Parts: sequence; C-alpha cells; structure tokens
Amino acid sequence: MTIKVIAVNTFKEAVRDRILYLLLFFAAAAILLSRVLAMLTVGDRMKIVKDVRLASISVFGALMAILIGTGLVYKEIEKRTIFTLISKPIRRYEFLLGKYFGLILTLAVMMASMGLIFLGLVLVETGVFEGRLLLALVYVFLELLLITAVAILFSCFSTPILSSLFSLGFYLIGHFSWSLEALAKKVQPGLGRTLLAVLSAVLPDLENFNIRTEVVHALPLPAAHLAYAAAYGILYTAFVLALAVLIFRRRDFV
Amino acid sequence: MSTILSIEGLRKTFSQGFIPRRKEILKGISFAVSEGEIFGYLGPNGAGKTTTIKCVLGLIFPDAGRIELCGRPHLDPRSKEKVGFLPENPYFYDHLTAREFLDFYGQLFGLAPAVRRERIRALLKLVDMERAADLSLRKYSRGMLQRVGLAQALINEPSLVVLDEPLGGLDPIGRKEVRDIILRMRDEGRTVVLSSHILQDIEMICDRVAILVGGLILSQGRLADLISEKILFTEIVLSGVGREELAALGEPLSALAGRTLLKVYDEARIPTVLDLVRDRKGSIHSLLSRTQTLEDLFVGMVKPQ
Repeated sequence: MTIKVIAVNTFKEAVRDRILYLLLFFAAAAILLSRVLAMLTVGDRMKIVKDVRLASISVFGALMAILIGTGLVYKEIEKRTIFTLISKPIRRYEFLLGKYFGLILTLAVMMASMGLIFLGLVLVETGVFEGRLLLALVYVFLELLLITAVAILFSCFSTPILSSLFSLGFYLIGHFSWSLEALAKKVQPGLGRTLLAVLSAVLPDLENFNIRTEVVHALPLPAAHLAYAAAYGILYTAFVLALAVLIFRRRDFV
Repeated sequence: MSTILSIEGLRKTFSQGFIPRRKEILKGISFAVSEGEIFGYLGPNGAGKTTTIKCVLGLIFPDAGRIELCGRPHLDPRSKEKVGFLPENPYFYDHLTAREFLDFYGQLFGLAPAVRRERIRALLKLVDMERAADLSLRKYSRGMLQRVGLAQALINEPSLVVLDEPLGGLDPIGRKEVRDIILRMRDEGRTVVLSSHILQDIEMICDRVAILVGGLILSQGRLADLISEKILFTEIVLSGVGREELAALGEPLSALAGRTLLKVYDEARIPTVLDLVRDRKGSIHSLLSRTQTLEDLFVGMVKPQ
C-alpha cells in the first residue's frame, strides 16, 4: 500500500520533468527520420527502418531511465524531502521500491507513446500490423526494468552526474560484453581465457533482450531463449534492487 | 504522567572530509519527555540538537544508546504512527498543492479518503492556509511552508509532535501564530518536543527544557527550577539627582534628556534611592526588577565551553 502511494507520487513528479518530453521528442524525431536514413542504404529498406526505429526506442528509453532514475533518490535526500517521509511509519525498502515502481510506471507510459508512434507508422507504411514488433518492445521494456534498478542503485550513494555516468557505463558494457565471450574462444586456454570467461559471466549481458534482428528479419525465436532472457532480466533486476535496499537500509540522512 | 519519549546514553560520531576525520557529535545523551508537556531542547548551533532529533526519528542510526518512542523501540514503524515531525527549513514536493501534499501524507498513514478530506480541511483552517490550499508549494513563502509543514506533522493526530526550529525564519507575527498553535497542541493533549535557539519563545511556552552544549546535556528540568526567581538587579530611571550622588548607591548608566538609568544590585538600597530622589525634588520615571532569564542561564552555560 505504502509502495503504491509513493509510486504514484513519484509518477506525478517524474511526468513533470521536462527532460522526459525532450527525450520523447527526439525519440519521435528519430522514429520519423529513420526513413531518410533508409534511403542511404542498400537492401530491404522497410526492415532497416524497423530496426533503426526499435533501436531508437531502446536507446531513448534507456536515457529516460538513466537521466530520471539517477536523480530520483538523490533529489529526495538533497532537497531533504526524505526527512518527513522516513519519519512516517514506512520502511526504507518501501520508499525505495515506491520510487522504483513510480519510474517504471512513467517509463511504461513513455514506451507506450513511442510504441504507438512506431506501430502506427509501420501500419500506415505497410498496411500490416506486426505482432512480433510488440514482442520486441516488451523485451526493450524488460531491459529498462534492469537499467532503472541500476540507476536507482547508484542514486542511493552518488550524485546524479556520477550515477548517470556509471549507469551509462553499465548500459554500454552490457551491450558489448558478448564480445568478451567471443574473444575468450579465440584466446589460448590458460589464465587469460579463464579471466575473460569470468568477466563475461560477471558482467551484465543486455544483448539478451535484443531480439530486434530476429523480429525484423522474421527469423525463428526459440521460446527457450525468450524464457531465459525474461528470467535473466527479472532475476538481475531483483538482485540489483536488493543491493540498493541493503545500501539504503543503513544510510544516515545527515 | 507516563513517559512518551526516553533517550538513554545516546552517542553518535560522524566521519567528515575527504580523508575521514571522526567527530563525536553526541557524547552520551539521556533525557525523558512526559506525556502532555512542551519540552524545549536548547543549544547553540552545532550542539547536536538536530542530530538527536534525527536519531529519534530513524533518519540517523546512533552508535550507542537506547531510544523508546511511545513505549516501543524507536525504529518500530508502529511507534511512528503516533509521531508528527516538522524538520528544520522544511522542503516539500513543490510540484504538489498544499491539499495534494497533505493528502499524500495522509495516505502514508493509511487514512481513508473521507477521513483525509476532513482532517485536511481542519488542519488548513488551523494553520490559516485555506486560501492557498490549491496553490502549488513552489509559490509558497517560507512562512507558508512552515505552516503547511505544521499541518503535515498533525495529519495523523499524533501523541508526540517533534518540531526542529519551528520558529526559525518567521516574522514576529508568524512566530506568535506558531506559538499559539503549539500551545493549542498541548491543550489538545499532545506532547511537543521543540528545538530552538530563540530563547524568549521557549521561555514563553515550554514546561521543561534540556540544554545541550557540545554534545552533552548540561542542564535539564522545569523552567521554574532552572531559572532562579532571585532579583539580579533593579533598573531605575530617574531625574533631578546628580550622577555623583548616585554612584554610591548603584551604577549610573546613561543620561539622556536629563534622565539617568541607575542599576541597583543591592535590593536593600532601593528605599535609599527613592528617599534621595524625594529629598532632591526629583522624579522616578520607571522602576523595573530583572530576574534571571533563560538567556542568562543559557549564556552562562555556553560561554565557558
């Protein structure tokens, strides 16, 4: 109940943030202008347009999660609004989860807006409603669940600028960590290979949520992979949130 | 009367700076607040008043000591159900209006919508903010924020209200109004703990005080017991008598428009002064005895530190 009250208040606060609309505007612009980009390429233009649009939604969604998420908890502490909140009969984890779900609600609304523009445009251009595109959007959203948790984790102990950099680092590493696995296979067995294998296991693999190629090019999507990616996202998110709660639980609000 | 807040042996150390240096803010604080009283928590800046309050409300974790709120350990959420808190220089969600803001806090206590509506109406009336109820808090002045903050602290009809510097930054009229609200809280049976360095206000409304200096409580008790009723000196404004003659009886201070302010430390000499003025056909313009004030007590304690 308390989590819901805080989440609704966070949602009200986040939707008044101008940066959200700036990013939404750029996302809409990227979705619309992707047709121009497609003209410069060779191949099935519509497929490239869809791919670029899905990638834009993913990137702008992540930026929204990072830029708003990293300020959420920090602002409460900095502006001292947290003093009156924590003095009420609420537990600290309820506060943190309320903030998290409030931002998730905001991102859901933003994703729905971007998704509507995207699916609407594709419908107009091709005359076909593609349900698989919706699936790709769901997995982008799963990725946002994790990135938001990471942004909130950093926001518990660091300033918004540093937290944004850390979260952006997490996002970039997450999308390129698969190359470590590829590299490990090419390296001679030994310490180097073990190190690379450990690193690729520890670092997040956000490419798990990237099913754009399969969706756009109508390639088969094994249910096992979809289930694995969903479980990976949910468990990783739960782990990061638990870490954030642990840090927040013993923090002094000076 | 039963105890509503008890603190025993509270200690807190902070590490500050890039190369952390430990600074002990609270050095073993103990006091208890009884139900139904207004308890003043006094001390100069940096004495540890706010740190103590934050420990009580679970914003800071003490290194050692025991705090009990309404008969329960202070971190038990049930103990906070009956507590209201107004922080120093309150900042609230400025995207909300006063009504939305109070409604949000009412929801945190799980109050039903009808109860919330009724309480918000009554509280806005109490703090005289009905006219600005639907204005965003962003547009509020400091005094207005302080009033809405007070309303927020009362939304759960608390038994204990903790106010950190509630009179800071208010104009004289605002201070009087807040003082009246605090007195009304006591009349309604609530216990109030307030920290302040505006001593006259504390003196006017508090039943008991504790004086905190450098992380230690130097004195605590009923105001009447702490401040002696003994007359420190008597100030007499008179005219018609020369300064030289008065010097033997007291300390003649200013001479403005032919009037002299005479400070008489020995009470027994007052009749002599009056006789002298009568003999010289002079006049007495005023005669005022000064007893010890809280300020005298406070300055006396803080200075040696």
